[in-house]
Amino acid sequence: MARLVGGVGCSHVPAVGAAIDKGRTEEPYWAPYFAKVEPARRWIAETAPDVCIVVYNDHASAFSLEVIPTFALGLADEFPPADEGYGPRPVPVVQGHPELAWHLAESLVLDEFDLTYVNEMPVDHGLTVPLSVMFGQPDAWPCPVIPLCVNVVQYPPPTGRRCYHLGQAIRRAVESYPGAERVVVLGTGGMSHQLQAERAGFINVDFDTRFLDGLVEDPAAIAAIPHIRYLREAGSEGIELVMWLVMRGALGPRVREVYRATHVPTSNTHNGLLVLEEA
Amino acid sequence: MSGPREYDDIPGTIVFDGRRARRGYPLNKFLMSLNRPENRDAFRADERAYLDRFPLDAEQRAAVLGRRWLRLLEVGGNVYYTYKLAACDGMTFQDLAGEHTGMSPEDFAEMMLSGGRHPDAGPAEGER
Repeated sequence: MARLVGGVGCSHVPAVGAAIDKGRTEEPYWAPYFAKVEPARRWIAETAPDVCIVVYNDHASAFSLEVIPTFALGLADEFPPADEGYGPRPVPVVQGHPELAWHLAESLVLDEFDLTYVNEMPVDHGLTVPLSVMFGQPDAWPCPVIPLCVNVVQYPPPTGRRCYHLGQAIRRAVESYPGAERVVVLGTGGMSHQLQAERAGFINVDFDTRFLDGLVEDPAAIAAIPHIRYLREAGSEGIELVMWLVMRGALGPRVREVYRATHVPTSNTHNGLLVLEEA
Repeated sequence: MSGPREYDDIPGTIVFDGRRARRGYPLNKFLMSLNRPENRDAFRADERAYLDRFPLDAEQRAAVLGRRWLRLLEVGGNVYYTYKLAACDGMTFQDLAGEHTGMSPEDFAEMMLSGGRHPDAGPAEGER
C-alpha cells in the first residue's frame, strides 16, 4: 500500500516566491528567512517522497467568484503556473499524478467528502511558493504533485474540524492505494496576517505559537477553533491555517516534530515552516 | 444568514462574506479580467472605455479610477482581486496593504520589520 511519510506546514507568501525568482535570497531582508528554510529542504531531499499532496488555496487564478469550490482536487497530468495579474512565475510546470489523484477522488467522495473534480487548472503562488521553499529552483519539480485546493478567500471557508477530518480521510485513501508510493502532505498558508483594511499588518506570534504547539500535540483541540477566533486572533487572512489541519489529519494521532521555524516578517506575514513525521 | 455577524465588531477588518460578494460581483469580475495580459494592455490604454465593459456602479467606478484602495474593499472588492489592479500599477502587496491603513509605505514597512501590528494595538486610524 501507499503510505504517508511526513507532513509539512508552510506559509505561501508571494514575496518569498519573488525573492527566489529574482535571485534576492541573499539580501539582508531575506537571508535570515532563507537560512531557516535549509533544514526543511534537507529533510525533504532525504525523505524523497514519490508524491506530494499540496493543500493550498487559489487566489483568484484558476477560480473566480463565478464558481468557488470548497474543496477541489487536481486530476490532470500537469498544471501550469498561473498568471495572477503580473505574469506567471518562472517555475516548472507541475506534473500531476492522475492515477493516485483519481483514487483519492473515488475514495474521498465515497467516504462522504464531496470534492470538486478538476481536470484542467493553472496553479498560483499558493501551491508553487511552498514547492520553491522546499525544493529551491530545479529544472523540474522532483516529484509529482496532487493539488488540493481549499476555498479560504470567500467567507466562510470550511471549518478547521472539517479540514482535519478530510485529512484523516486522505490517510485512509492513501493507505488503500495499491501502489508503493511514499507520500508527503503539505498544508500551506498562514500564519497570522491581515492584508486588508485599517488593521492590515496584524501579527499575533502568541496565537501562532499556541497553534503550532497544539497542532503537534493535540490536533483535535486545534481543529475545534471556530472561524471567529481566527478572524480576531490571527487576522482576516490567518484563517488560511485551517489548511494545515488537512495535513495534520493525514498523519497519525502521534507525530514527531522534526523541524519548526518561524519568521517575522516575510512581507506582511508571520511565516511558519513545520516538518512532522509519524511518531 | 442575515443581520449582523459576530465578526462585524473586529476593528479595521472587512470580512469578504456573501454581503460583500453580492455587492462586489461586477467589480471583482473586472479585477479578475486583469489576469489576462491583453486585458491589462486594453485597460492601461483607456481605463474608462475598458471599464464600460463591466456593470460597475458609480462608487465602484470612481474607486477604481481614483485608486482608492480601502474604498474598493468597502464597495465589495476582495483584496486578492484588488491586488491585480495594484500589480497593474506596479505595487507590491505590502504597498497595497499599507495603503489601507493610511500609513506611509515607509512607516508600514517599518512596522512590519519591527514585528507587525501587535494584537493589542488598534488599527492605524479610528475603528470600523
